[in-house]
Amino acid sequence: MEIFWILAIPLIGGLLLALFGCQRFAPELNSTMSFGTFLASAFLTVRVITDGPMTALNEQFFVDSFNVFLVALTAFVAFTTSLFSRPYMRIEQHHGKLTINMLRLYHSMYQLFTFTMLLALLTNNLGIMWVAMEAATLTTVLLVSLYRTPASLEAAWKYFILCGVGIAQALFGTILLYFAAEKVLGAGGTALLWTHLDAVKTQLEPTVLSLAFVFLLVGYGTKVGLAPLHNWLPDAHAEGPTPVSAVLSGLLLNVALYAVVRSKVLVDGALGSHFAGSLMMGFGLLSVVMAAFFLSRQKDVKRMFAYSSIEHMGLMTFAFGMGGAVATFAGMLHMTVHSLTKSAIFFAVGHATQKSGTQLMENIRGLIKTNPTIGWGLAIGSLAILGMPPFGVFASEFLIITTAMHTYPWTTPFLLIALGVAFAAIFSRVQTMVFGETNSPRLPHPPALVPVFVHLALVLLLGLYIPPYLADWYRQAAALIG
Amino acid sequence: MANFSGQLINLFAALLLLIAFAMLSQRRVLSLINLFALQGLVLSVSTMIVANSSSQHHLYYSAGLTLILKVIILPWILHRLIRKLNIKWDVETLFNIPTTMLVGIALVVFAFNLAAPISQMAGTITKGTLGIAMASVLLSFLMMITRSKAVPQVIGFLAMENGLFFAATSATYGMPMVVELGIALDVLVGMFILGIFFFQIRETFDSLDLKHMEKLKED
Repeated sequence: MEIFWILAIPLIGGLLLALFGCQRFAPELNSTMSFGTFLASAFLTVRVITDGPMTALNEQFFVDSFNVFLVALTAFVAFTTSLFSRPYMRIEQHHGKLTINMLRLYHSMYQLFTFTMLLALLTNNLGIMWVAMEAATLTTVLLVSLYRTPASLEAAWKYFILCGVGIAQALFGTILLYFAAEKVLGAGGTALLWTHLDAVKTQLEPTVLSLAFVFLLVGYGTKVGLAPLHNWLPDAHAEGPTPVSAVLSGLLLNVALYAVVRSKVLVDGALGSHFAGSLMMGFGLLSVVMAAFFLSRQKDVKRMFAYSSIEHMGLMTFAFGMGGAVATFAGMLHMTVHSLTKSAIFFAVGHATQKSGTQLMENIRGLIKTNPTIGWGLAIGSLAILGMPPFGVFASEFLIITTAMHTYPWTTPFLLIALGVAFAAIFSRVQTMVFGETNSPRLPHPPALVPVFVHLALVLLLGLYIPPYLADWYRQAAALIG
Repeated sequence: MANFSGQLINLFAALLLLIAFAMLSQRRVLSLINLFALQGLVLSVSTMIVANSSSQHHLYYSAGLTLILKVIILPWILHRLIRKLNIKWDVETLFNIPTTMLVGIALVVFAFNLAAPISQMAGTITKGTLGIAMASVLLSFLMMITRSKAVPQVIGFLAMENGLFFAATSATYGMPMVVELGIALDVLVGMFILGIFFFQIRETFDSLDLKHMEKLKED
């Protein structure tokens, strides 16, 4: 029942906002719908904690401890982002960047995007998961090009073509998976259900599955933003409206990684070797190193944090690739804290760019002086994302690196150097943006910074103390993934 | 009978490959759309033959879906689009068609090698055509790379989806119905969104040439 509401509320919201998106109350309606989705996901979470994993609607939907935490996280970040987007989009409208029709498109697509994300997480059918991931690309293409500037159109085109081609590879991988599964489970609807596949994974044909995994990793990996398929990511983040950058980084990348990890579980079972893990480690490590060195060359603030997302997604992919209880636990913790921190940073960055009227970092100065909350939000958020203790990112990165030292010592220097380079690059830039002199005017509407500090407080909390049920939850999920 | 329909399926698969090569070298936008519609038709007919000879009844539905979506609706939308965008008689300058064709042949050989171990395992009467399906996916990919205009690039993307559909039919007699419906919905919605998108690009750049869109680069 909760599953039904989680999916129905954003879908209805998307339709309602397509009709009433021109009204003055559209931003509030958007937040209300997102809040409803969040409530439903909270109920689902409670239910899964008490009753354990469950399936629904003829096994078409499936919830276990791995996806329920992502559902809760997705619904939560979608809700806080909708709160942030309320004043943000009003200011954009005030600045004359958006018309009322663009806002209608934005609000409607925002809800539909949430719907596709949650569908991809909740579905038990790997084919439907693909359909939802493709739909997620489609709903966000027009959001990236919302401002209709030449750069935003180019970014959206690149996003569509690269992710479209990438996801086509994933479809081929899914076909191969079905091909292998059909031999064991028989033709028809059940052969793509993850619960059924998981039960017979040791009997699946290993050669077909290894080929399938390569296609799935390349396909969904394009959406995760893994190097060398990451080209769309910085452009889409920099040129789209900031709430869209926040949900792309905070949600879409996580869900794509979720798809990769689900496939990995099946392939590991069939092959009984570390083939899938090694591939993920390779792609992950390459992304971390590449992103760190590109970070230091950025001039645009949103582009810089987009590269930081690539770096962190690489780190998570690496962690899941290593496998084992500790690394998987750390990967999931990192998914959570990265989502929260990165979206908080984008909220602060969004208002900072609105205030300065530019995304170029050299022209953003003295945030603390004119709008102390924006300045502090950006400063604390950056420290958190750079892995400073006592924030949660420190805990997860520490776990990942110590595991890497134990099991794959040769990777440690790469990771440490990359994290060091990223630290130097981001820290020096943020410092000049936050401090310094400025005479830019204040914003016409008060900025929405409550979400920033709520997110950062949660990240701080996760760094100091992980509640026992949450730790339990991660541990169960880690046991599932292996 | 099974032998005869097997031959027919192989014939249609060969036609599919031929059309993929024709698309690779076609310079007129209008003819490209017609080729795409023809590819859809061949795909639909071959799916119907597979459905008939393997008595997999759900394949009739997917054949019908292909017919409606890829032979009627999508080409119709594309025709309307190019008329409204006034690019009906557009001719694209393609460099080095012979080289592209040679690369295409190499891709076909590669695709057959990649597909060989899998098609040996397949129990379908269409297993020989998996190589062709992969080849047409790769050829559409090549087509997307060599094009510099928006509409042909999208046609390449749709042709790639055709190749994937053919792969699903030849390896496993098609995906489960609910998945196929979902994919068809995605393709249709994607086409609408791209239609809007073309007008946005056109409004901003005054052309659909993608060479205007190479500003975002790392320096």
